[in-house]
Amino acid sequence: MLAAPRIEHKAHAIYAWLAAIAGTGAQHLPIEFLELTILVYLWAMKIDEATIHKIAHLARLEFDEKGAALMTQKVSQILEWMDKLNEVNTDNVQPLIHMSEEVNVFRDDTAFNGITHQEALHNAPKKDSDYFRVPKFLG
Amino acid sequence: MKRYQSLSEVKSDLSAGKISCESLTNYYLENIEKKKHLNVYHEVYTEEALQKAKEVDAKLKQGKAGRLAGMVIGIKDVLCHKGHGLQASSKILDGFVSQFTASAVQRLMDEDAIIIGRQNCDEFAMGSSNENSAFGPVLNDIDNTRVPGGSSGGSAVAVQADTCLASLGSDTGGSVRQPASFCGTIGLKPTYSRISRYGLVAYASSFDTIGIFARSIEDTALLLEIMSGADEYDSTVSTLPVPAFSKLPELNKKLSICYLEEGISSEGVNEEVREKTRATIDWLRAQGHDVKPVTFSYLDYILPTYYILTTAEASSNLSRFDGVKYGYRSPNAHSLETLYKRTRSEGFGIEVQKRIMLGTFVLSASYYDAYYTKAQKVRRLIKEETDRILSEYDFILLPTATTTAFKLGQHAGDELSMYLADLFTVQANLVGIPAMSIPNGTDKQGLPIGLQIMTKSFGEAAMLSFADYLLRQQ
Repeated sequence: MLAAPRIEHKAHAIYAWLAAIAGTGAQHLPIEFLELTILVYLWAMKIDEATIHKIAHLARLEFDEKGAALMTQKVSQILEWMDKLNEVNTDNVQPLIHMSEEVNVFRDDTAFNGITHQEALHNAPKKDSDYFRVPKFLG
Repeated sequence: MKRYQSLSEVKSDLSAGKISCESLTNYYLENIEKKKHLNVYHEVYTEEALQKAKEVDAKLKQGKAGRLAGMVIGIKDVLCHKGHGLQASSKILDGFVSQFTASAVQRLMDEDAIIIGRQNCDEFAMGSSNENSAFGPVLNDIDNTRVPGGSSGGSAVAVQADTCLASLGSDTGGSVRQPASFCGTIGLKPTYSRISRYGLVAYASSFDTIGIFARSIEDTALLLEIMSGADEYDSTVSTLPVPAFSKLPELNKKLSICYLEEGISSEGVNEEVREKTRATIDWLRAQGHDVKPVTFSYLDYILPTYYILTTAEASSNLSRFDGVKYGYRSPNAHSLETLYKRTRSEGFGIEVQKRIMLGTFVLSASYYDAYYTKAQKVRRLIKEETDRILSEYDFILLPTATTTAFKLGQHAGDELSMYLADLFTVQANLVGIPAMSIPNGTDKQGLPIGLQIMTKSFGEAAMLSFADYLLRQQ
C-alpha cells in the first residue's frame, strides 16, 4: 500500500522490458538501448534542471550542478507522488482556506513599542547605529 | 530522587518537606548531564533555573506560588523565550536571541514553571526522526540506535529520560504525537487555534499547533488549560472559553467509538502495533462500549495533500530568513541578490531547501491551480468526511504510527518512506481537530507503541477523560 513509484525503478523496468523484447540479458543490449532508457528516464521526470534553476531563483536559493541534479530528481519524485490527488473528483468543491473559526478579530489601533530599536537591531549580522546594513544595490 | 509521574506527586513531596524546587531542579540538571549523549538540549539554563527554583521555594513558603510551582519544563527550539537563544535547529538562525516571549511560554512562567532548557528538533520542525537537525540527531533513550521520532524528538526524549517533568513541542503533522509514541510518553496536539501561536516559529501556519509532552493526563490537562485561550497577539486564536481541563469530567456513559479499519488491517502496519491496537479495541468492547470499524476513503490522499499545502506555506513563511535582519549571513556575497541566495543555500539544510522548492513550485503561476488549489479542495473533502465520522462517534482510534521507533539512518535518502511515518497523524492537522497519543504497551523488544485518539474540535476535555480511562486499565 501507499508506496510511491520511484523514477529510477521505472527506468530500470523499462530497461528490463527492452532487454526482454531483445530476448537477452540487459548487459547484452546495444548502447542505443541504454541511451533510449536514459531519454525515457529524463522524460519521466516531472521537471527538468532548467525549471529547478528557475524555481530556485524565485525561492532565492541556488544549486551547483550536482545539487541541481539531486533536487530535480527529489522534487520530480515527490511531485509525481502528489499527482495522486488527480484521482479525487473535486468538481464543485470549494477550496478550504481558513482553519480558524474566528472572523474579523478587531482591536483598537493603539500604537505601542513592542520592541526597542536596540532590540530590533540586536540580532543583525551587519548594522550601524540605526540601520541594518546590506550590500549596495542601487547604482 | 524518585522519577515523578505528575505534578501532584511533586507537590505532595514539596509540602511534606521531602524535596524543594531547588533539589528537584538539581536532580533534573544531573540527569541532563548523565544523558548528554542523547543530544536532547541545545542549551541548559542551569543558573537561571536554580534561581527560579529558589524563588518558587520562597513563594511556596509564603503560600503565593502559582499553579505550576514544582513543574520543571523544557521547550522545543521553536518557541521564543526573551533573552534566550532560538534556532529551530537551523544554521540560518545562528546566534539569534529572542526579543520577546511566546504567549504559551509566558503563561507557564506566570504560573511559576521552571524552564530548564531548549530542546533539539528537526530543522524548522520538518522531519519525522529528528535526523534533520543542524545539531545532529537525538537518540531514543530506550535504544540508542533508534530515532526518537520527530520533529519534536528532543522534547519527547527529555520526558522519557526524566530530564524534566514535561516539555512543549509543536505539532504540524504529528510532530508531538509520533515522537510521544516512539518514546512512550503522552503527547497532545490541541484543536487548531486553541493555543496562541504568538512566538512559535512558523512552519505551516494553517496546521501549526503547540503541543504537550507529559507523563500523566492530569499534567497534560493542566498545561493545556493554562496555555489555551484568547491572546491579543494572535488574531487567529480561538476566543472560546477555556474549560477547566484539569478537572477531568467523569466518563459515566457508554461510548460510541470507531477505529480506522486501515489502522488495523493495512499491510504497512507493524504486526505488534496491530495486535496492541486490536487488544485495546477488544477491551473497550468487553466494557460494553459501542466500537465499530470505519473506513476513511481519503486515506491515500492525506499525505500528498498535507505535503502540497505545508510546503506551500513553508516556502512563504521561510522567506523571512534572508541574512539581513538576523541569523546567519553568507560571507561570500557582494550583491543583495547573491546575499539572499548564498545565505539561504548555506544556511538551510537540504530537507528544508527541498520543501521550499516544492512549495515555490506548487505556488508558481502555472501550477497553482493544479497543485495548491486542488489540495485545498481535497482538504475540504477530508475535513467533511472526518467531521461526518465524528458526528456519529465520540472518538476515532488508530495507532499513532505504523511502526515502533525505527533505526537511525533507516530511511536515509528515501523521503517518501519517511513521510509515511506520519500517515496516521496528519489527518488531525488537515482537519484542525485535537488528537493525542498515549502509551499502549510495547513490542517484544520493549519499544513503546502508541495509540492515537482523535475527537471533534474543542473536544479536548472528553478526549483527556477517555485517555485517562484507557491508561487506568493498563
